Amino acid sequence: MNLDLNTIWFALVGVLFTGYAILDGFDLGIGALHLFTKDDTERRILINSIGPVWDGNEVWLVTGGGALFAAFPNVYATAFSGFYLALILLLVALIFRAVAIEFRSKRPEHWWRQMWDVSFSVGSVLSALLIGVALGNIACGVPVDANGEFAGTFLGLLKPYPLLVGITTVSLFMMHGAIYGVMKTEGGLHDKLRVWAMRCIIFFVICAVTLTMATLLYVPQMAARVKEYPWLFSIALANMLSIANIPREFHHKRDGFAFLSSCGAMLTLMALFAVDAYPYLIYSQPNPENSLTIYNAASSQKTLGIMLVIACIGIPVVLTYTVCIYWIFRGKVKMDRMSY
Amino acid sequence: MDVLTLSRIQFGLTIGFHYLYPPLSIGLGVMLVIMEGLWLKTKNPLYHQMARFWTKAFALTFAIGVATGIVMEFEFGTNWATYSRFVGDVFGSALAAEGIFAFFLESGFLAVLLFGWDKVSRKVHFFSTCMVCLGAHFSAVWIVVANSWMQTPAGYHIVTHDGVARAEITNFWAMVFNPSSMDRLFHVLCGAWQTGAFLVVSVSAWYVLKKRHLDFARASLRVGLTVGLIASLLQLVSGDSSAREVAKYQPAKLAAFEGLYHTTNDAPLTLVGYVDEKDQKVVGLQWPGLLSFLVAHNTQATVTGLDAFAPDDRPPVEASFVFFHGMVGVGFTMIAIAMLGCFYSWRKVLFEKRWLLWILVFSVLGPQIANQLGWFAAEVGRQPWIVYGLMRTPEGLSKILTANVVLTSLILFTFIYFLLFSVFIYLLNDKIQHGPDEQDLIPSGKLTLPDELTRHEKS
Repeated sequence: MNLDLNTIWFALVGVLFTGYAILDGFDLGIGALHLFTKDDTERRILINSIGPVWDGNEVWLVTGGGALFAAFPNVYATAFSGFYLALILLLVALIFRAVAIEFRSKRPEHWWRQMWDVSFSVGSVLSALLIGVALGNIACGVPVDANGEFAGTFLGLLKPYPLLVGITTVSLFMMHGAIYGVMKTEGGLHDKLRVWAMRCIIFFVICAVTLTMATLLYVPQMAARVKEYPWLFSIALANMLSIANIPREFHHKRDGFAFLSSCGAMLTLMALFAVDAYPYLIYSQPNPENSLTIYNAASSQKTLGIMLVIACIGIPVVLTYTVCIYWIFRGKVKMDRMSY
Repeated sequence: MDVLTLSRIQFGLTIGFHYLYPPLSIGLGVMLVIMEGLWLKTKNPLYHQMARFWTKAFALTFAIGVATGIVMEFEFGTNWATYSRFVGDVFGSALAAEGIFAFFLESGFLAVLLFGWDKVSRKVHFFSTCMVCLGAHFSAVWIVVANSWMQTPAGYHIVTHDGVARAEITNFWAMVFNPSSMDRLFHVLCGAWQTGAFLVVSVSAWYVLKKRHLDFARASLRVGLTVGLIASLLQLVSGDSSAREVAKYQPAKLAAFEGLYHTTNDAPLTLVGYVDEKDQKVVGLQWPGLLSFLVAHNTQATVTGLDAFAPDDRPPVEASFVFFHGMVGVGFTMIAIAMLGCFYSWRKVLFEKRWLLWILVFSVLGPQIANQLGWFAAEVGRQPWIVYGLMRTPEGLSKILTANVVLTSLILFTFIYFLLFSVFIYLLNDKIQHGPDEQDLIPSGKLTLPDELTRHEKS
């Protein structure tokens, strides 16, 4: 591995998508849990717990997509045109989810609120599922022709392994969202969320164990690098410890630490995914020689250099004010008349 | 229909619908900064009430703008993959800059703008409003830069890898400041300021007519008309400069705008008329020499006609002509409306002129129509190229799509956007009918100033 611009951008795109998973992950998780309560006030509190931040969280996806376009245009072109219907579905899910948050509490009628509640929840689950399925396909490889174009079909993307990754993603986000919800609420809803969070943790652990076994059995290339460089096993170990630490912290009601462990679990999962995928961005199965890598799919060195300058100026500034804004909205949700 | 036609329709539909919202965010952003600034300066709670009311409308437009904006980013890859491979090296860096500099800024501080009223001090809140407005402007900068590069490519060279050619950056700043980017950016921003200002004008005029929230409406109307007039006049300057730029760098587009088939000096400008494509001429009221004058400040200057281009390299003349003249017509109407409004407002008789107030109510449509027509003209006038002179539109299409798949997504988007638009109009109307909150006349929490407390206690 050389630390060249292509590798740096592979890492940066990874950082952006990891940031998206950690931040929008809890938004989507809250959405997935939304319909479990029937009470209007509790639903409003759930929406308002993510109210000020969901917009900014979604920007991580937009910027991640932009960075992929800029750094690896061939991957962007192949994946987006190849996964056409899946991405259109993702767009529909994201649209409904976004506007539902804004529209829902604007009218008092029951049918109105129910309609947008369902949109919000279904949109959230579908988004998480599709993101996971996409990731699963990248992991196990998709057919690519000699021109670098996707050569499969929409139904071909719905193989068991990618679907398992999709379901694991949903369970991960639900757990993440439930812990976030526990931190942001009080009273009866807080107690309910505590019960849900525990169930979500169990759900996630089952999924994670199944996925790990499936990966080792059916997608051996995703574990090859860890076998080759045993020190990389420390990432897998950190991942297991983070996951194990979630129920422990949660049991001791140290919700903040449970949430951080959940973030840690996501970070290490993405890191594992990245070291095993490297240097492939789209692994071609069954013709590995057609794969798109960080070298044959990249922009010119000049562009990667310019964008590195942009990122070095921009990202510290973004992180600084993002932290400030989260700080302003820290603590339990308090409803006021500006709330959703 | 084939994949190409369906993809073009889909892109046109999704971008046209999306573009109803960003100009509102940019324009209302400016209005919010002005209103909140006036509040901080004069301490008049009426301005606080105004800022609070328009913040809610802003939130509504912003949410739909974000949701429909992601579609645009994805569509470059889904439908125009070959184009994306060709321009990624150049276009991508502008798009990434947009994400890092603009979208994060906008959406991050939006949290404080919407939900921070009682959580932060006035100054921090005002700062956040300014940052949201700045972010909205930055987002326009990068996307207009990218689009302008498609109109007047600069700072690149063509490199071939494995037999596939693509554009690569040679000079980043030459790409950013390509010949048309600054003119077009200013044009887009003026249009956005008009859009925001005339929304405020329209709602305020309606309140005046209905004798509701009169103090609020009159003050809002004055602020809106002032910004509307300034933006409309700046738009005239910008339009003039844009036209000269188009004449210089995209002569086929200018010729199509004016239906000028034959290269000529003393070229006329059509005031009203239509294109007779069969006989290759324009029928209507023309001002001789004016086009030459506008392009070169000399009525005898030669203007290139469509005859200088092979038939395959010409944009659709009739459509370009109609869109362009429609935009210009609406632009001049907006100037006239804003001038009349400001004149009567200055003479202090505006609120008695009911006919003019009714015109002002409908003035909100003007900038929106002009924005749409302007973009239609800009994009149709660029045809048959997707990147001017480098790549033709059909060449940019994704290679692996089938018509059924695109038809499915097109039907889906049509249905969803129709629903979104209906709900948007319904909720905006709801907000307008509800009007400003009386309790916003008394700022609460951290926003209260000591002297306001005492004033209210006295009253």
